[in-house]
Amino acid sequence: MRRALLALLFLLLAPAMASAQGLVTSLSTDNVPILSNFTGERIAVFGVIEPGASLRPKSGYDVVVSVRGPRGAVTVRRKEQWGPLWLNLDARRYIAIPSFISVVANRPLEQIATAEVRDDLRIGIDALIPQQTAARQANDPVFREALQRLRRDQGLFTDNDRAVRFISPTVFQAQVELPGAAPLGVYDVEVALFSDGALAARSNMRFAVSKFAVEQWVAEAAHRTPVLYGAACALIAVLIGWLASVIFRRD
Amino acid sequence: MDIYLPIAEMPIDMFLILGMGVAVGFISGMFGIGGGFLLTPLLIFVGIPAAVAVATQGPQIAASSMTGSLAYWRRRAIDFKLGYVLLAGGLVGTALGVLFFNQMRRLGQLETVITMSYVTLLGVVGVLVFIESARAVFAARLGKTTRKRLAGQHRWFEGLPLKMRFHRAGMYVSAIPLVGIAALIGFAGAVLGIGGGFILVPALIYIFRVPAHVVVGTSLFQILFTMMAATVFHAASNQSVDLFLALLLMVGGVFGAQFGARAGANLRGEYFRLLLGLLILLVAARFAADVFTQPREPFSATPTETVR
Repeated sequence: MRRALLALLFLLLAPAMASAQGLVTSLSTDNVPILSNFTGERIAVFGVIEPGASLRPKSGYDVVVSVRGPRGAVTVRRKEQWGPLWLNLDARRYIAIPSFISVVANRPLEQIATAEVRDDLRIGIDALIPQQTAARQANDPVFREALQRLRRDQGLFTDNDRAVRFISPTVFQAQVELPGAAPLGVYDVEVALFSDGALAARSNMRFAVSKFAVEQWVAEAAHRTPVLYGAACALIAVLIGWLASVIFRRD
Repeated sequence: MDIYLPIAEMPIDMFLILGMGVAVGFISGMFGIGGGFLLTPLLIFVGIPAAVAVATQGPQIAASSMTGSLAYWRRRAIDFKLGYVLLAGGLVGTALGVLFFNQMRRLGQLETVITMSYVTLLGVVGVLVFIESARAVFAARLGKTTRKRLAGQHRWFEGLPLKMRFHRAGMYVSAIPLVGIAALIGFAGAVLGIGGGFILVPALIYIFRVPAHVVVGTSLFQILFTMMAATVFHAASNQSVDLFLALLLMVGGVFGAQFGARAGANLRGEYFRLLLGLLILLVAARFAADVFTQPREPFSATPTETVR
């Protein structure tokens, strides 16, 4: 009970909060700054199911939290044999692929809802990746699977069916791991509440991953005043080279 | 300890990069080469995007060649006139190289171009240097002297116009092939992230017979300025120069180079080149393995644009 109270207190003070019918959720942060020692961050999602919002289900509530990073076009290339060489010959270009996906739940998704319901509600990594390729390209499931596999290996697509914990029957906490290579941009967080295999409530929140201080300044300088930035880099290089020769001068 | 690279947009182990800088700096100090042809592949192998790896070589090579140039300048071992002629070609080549680089990047073929170019370039240069130095080693073993050019024997480019006299290098030769070769190397340098010393030095020695005492200094002098230009060109056109990455490489590189230079002073010329040839062949083989063997993961996925 004390933990539930703590969670409630947290809800009231939390920076990012959303309230849908019967479901109040909050994020531990609405901005993840990337400092030079950034190696990843853990984001906590808290939620409270309002009593009386729906009848308490027999099997208890289920919660699925889906986090989706900024979307962009991705080209998936396949190396094929060409004479003695292995070259990138075949490619599919996918539009609007999330750069990061994390789906966490309190138990395996298959137990929470049927495949049709999940596809319909876009629950699960596969359902979150749009099907369509760029114009005039045959859709080849092999490429789509490869994309998923590659992103999983990079730690950018993850799922965990044990990362949502119920503190009390109506209060839950979810943890989403953001890797060091998390792309910059705005992330969408969707919390879906299921009762007896059907969607009971849904709430949406956002947080941003942004560069901080020096990193931001360097990146901005590189993009806003590229010539000046380049000249500065060259000058710094020459200065360091000169400094080294002064330090190590032997004659 | 991890550090976040603002342009590559990824965290990387600081000591890994510093260590690579030291190792390559050591080799570059030993052979009087920029070391870009080793560092760029290493950076790509540890996961830095190819575009960032190549573009960031500019400041790194500029820093190490600055240190080198100063040392040779104090020893009066730079032929400035020759340096300026080479620089003219180098700048033109670099500008064209950056244009080509950006075009390939747009077409999504940059990685393939870089890999194939490394295989070809390093393979050819490595074999040439290796054969030549192996011959010299055997000749030295057998007590023979290497064949000198006979009086009256001319090479094809000696008939070209625009002849210039280079006093310190002690040669009288047309500027056209010099500018041409520097432009070619500048082009390759901008595309592959190399200073080109490992091509320029042998070219100056074998083709133009530039005496050994000025060749390295002059080559470093021209590389210093072409790489400064490459840094500005890359930064201005594709924003891929990562200052943090460059700083780590520079700091590691200047330290490594000092120790490398000391080690290099004790090596004998032909063994020295034999070693260089072997090293170049090794890098070529590593790249060739990428292209000639069946990849474990045939797929790759690259974001082409992000909607933020």
